[in-house]
Amino acid sequence: MLQIKNLHVKLEEEDKQILKGVDLTVKAGEVHAIMGPNGSGKSTLSYVLSGRDGYEVTEGSATLDGEELLEMEPEERAAAGLFLAFQYPVEIPGVGNMTFLRTAVNAQRKARGQEEMSAGDFLKEVRAKAKTLKIDAEMLKRPVNVGFSGGEKKRNEILQMAMLEPKMCILDETDSGLDVDAMKLVSEGVNALRDAGRAFLVITHYQRLLDHIKPDVVHIMANGRIIKTGGPELALEVENNGYADLLAEVQ
Amino acid sequence: MALPQAKQDALAARIAGLSFRREGWLGAARAEALARLTAMGLPAKRDEYWRYTDPSSLTAVEPPKAAVFDASDETAVFDGIDRLRVVFVDGVFDAAASDDLALAGVEIERLSQAGGADIHWARDVYGVLEARGQVPVERPLAALNSAFATDGLLIRVTGKAARPIALHYVHNSDSSDAILHHLVKLEAGAELTLLESGPGAARFSGVMEVEVAPGARFHHVRSQGRDHQRRAVTHIFARLGAGALFKSFTVTANGVLTRNEAVLELAGDDAVAHVAGAALGDGDFHHDDTVFVTHAAERCESRQVFKKVLKNGAVGVFQGKILVKPGAQKTDGYQISQSLLLDEDSQFLAKPELEIYADDVKCSHGSTSGAIDETALFYLRSRGVPERVAQSLLVLAFLAEALGEIEDEAIAEDIRQRLEGWLARHEH
Repeated sequence: MLQIKNLHVKLEEEDKQILKGVDLTVKAGEVHAIMGPNGSGKSTLSYVLSGRDGYEVTEGSATLDGEELLEMEPEERAAAGLFLAFQYPVEIPGVGNMTFLRTAVNAQRKARGQEEMSAGDFLKEVRAKAKTLKIDAEMLKRPVNVGFSGGEKKRNEILQMAMLEPKMCILDETDSGLDVDAMKLVSEGVNALRDAGRAFLVITHYQRLLDHIKPDVVHIMANGRIIKTGGPELALEVENNGYADLLAEVQ
Repeated sequence: MALPQAKQDALAARIAGLSFRREGWLGAARAEALARLTAMGLPAKRDEYWRYTDPSSLTAVEPPKAAVFDASDETAVFDGIDRLRVVFVDGVFDAAASDDLALAGVEIERLSQAGGADIHWARDVYGVLEARGQVPVERPLAALNSAFATDGLLIRVTGKAARPIALHYVHNSDSSDAILHHLVKLEAGAELTLLESGPGAARFSGVMEVEVAPGARFHHVRSQGRDHQRRAVTHIFARLGAGALFKSFTVTANGVLTRNEAVLELAGDDAVAHVAGAALGDGDFHHDDTVFVTHAAERCESRQVFKKVLKNGAVGVFQGKILVKPGAQKTDGYQISQSLLLDEDSQFLAKPELEIYADDVKCSHGSTSGAIDETALFYLRSRGVPERVAQSLLVLAFLAEALGEIEDEAIAEDIRQRLEGWLARHEH
């Protein structure tokens, strides 16, 4: 589903290479985790894939079901089925959460040539999905993420994911700022979306999220490259020994 | 102090062609207004409150030509609202297009017909609030309006008005020079919503004096829209009694020059006055909100909320003052003026002022200028919202606080559609 080949990325503003040849293949139905120390390029990878400004791809490609993502506008990538759950969800004063969700859902449907969802159907679906994430009606009415706690913001990301039904979901440190209960809730939300036609790329610092969202493949990223790939046991190894051994091994 | 000769000459030239009617109570009020005007002279760019806005096209003998604008591709503003409709074409009352001036709880007369009597309730309001509003800041164009207005409505509200009164100003001539003056007097406990759309003339001067008696409620929503070349100067003078409410909202979309002044006096305890505006300008657009709020009683609340969206060299001006007089304790004053600059060519000039002579008050003010929030824009786009739609959502979000000052939901929705229409026509 997602194929990243030899991806090199530098910051647009300064001459600083962040990604130095990332290769990664994620197949439909799989959950991949990327772990790595601070500054290894994990978040940059998520931003570059979703089309954020400020980065320059100097080499390589990233395709979603064969289509080159890097040439698309952010909204085209979303319509193609890519979703990024932000590490820091953005507050948008003045835009109601419900209006935002509905605009997004219908914009994607329109881009794919589908009929817009009726107000009634939308409401029914959003309420049902919000309920499983313990998001109350009040939160749906408020402006996007404004005054939300850290946990509420992350739940709101998962709600958006559930409504938009993307095929390739990237979770960027979705566990950061979550307590144990919130992490469980968010993980359940993610697990409910797992199916054969959908894939996940879970970026995290810690193994604990992977206790809840069980990955098929674990990658270790350091210094702009994936230095090791393995099964779930690799995450445990990091948890026990830190990154130092792995980094030494590569060097 | 006598005016310099040049100022005297400019004023004489400006008013030479205007008709001055002396009869009745109105004649006396006009003479007083003319005396005020003669003492002040016309405004000039050097005047303190005209530094950001060049008044020369407003004071010129002839108005600059303004092509008639056809806005028929959009439903007329307030069309969906059940209202009493009064139409002025280039400042001239249009009886055929207007409803009968009859409304339960309200007396409505035309200034041009009621001015000849010797005694009239309007005597105590006409030019009176305007004259009070000349201190400490002179507003010569308002005095000129009081002296030479050709028509307008005298509205006395004795109960709860059955439906809103809507004044529609139609622009039909490329050289029209309209001067209209309205009075609204709300008796104790009365309630009225007044709507205005226009301005409808090449050059439009409008004054509205509003007396809000104790416990009365006045809502005002105005749409100044789409007519690119017209110029307008408007003044609202309001005086509020104890526990009275005054709320005014204006949307301005386009117009080469607009100067909207609001002069509000909270004269009775526990009165509430809100004035808000949303202005959208693209290109040759100069929009000026000049507001003066005086707190002269205890426990009053005032809010000024002004938002401007500017692009392609459009200019926005805000001059807003809160004056808290001695003894006006427990005053709650709030003022915010913000601009969203959609490119680097546009300009926002703001002069917020506070002057406080009481010690137990709460006054806050803020003024900002900024661009679209790129992070929010990316967030929306990453969810599949096209860039153009995302920008519009963020612009509407920026205007939301001002729009929130309209209490009636149907009216607010109508205005919201104007904003969306403007955004669609002026894509980024």
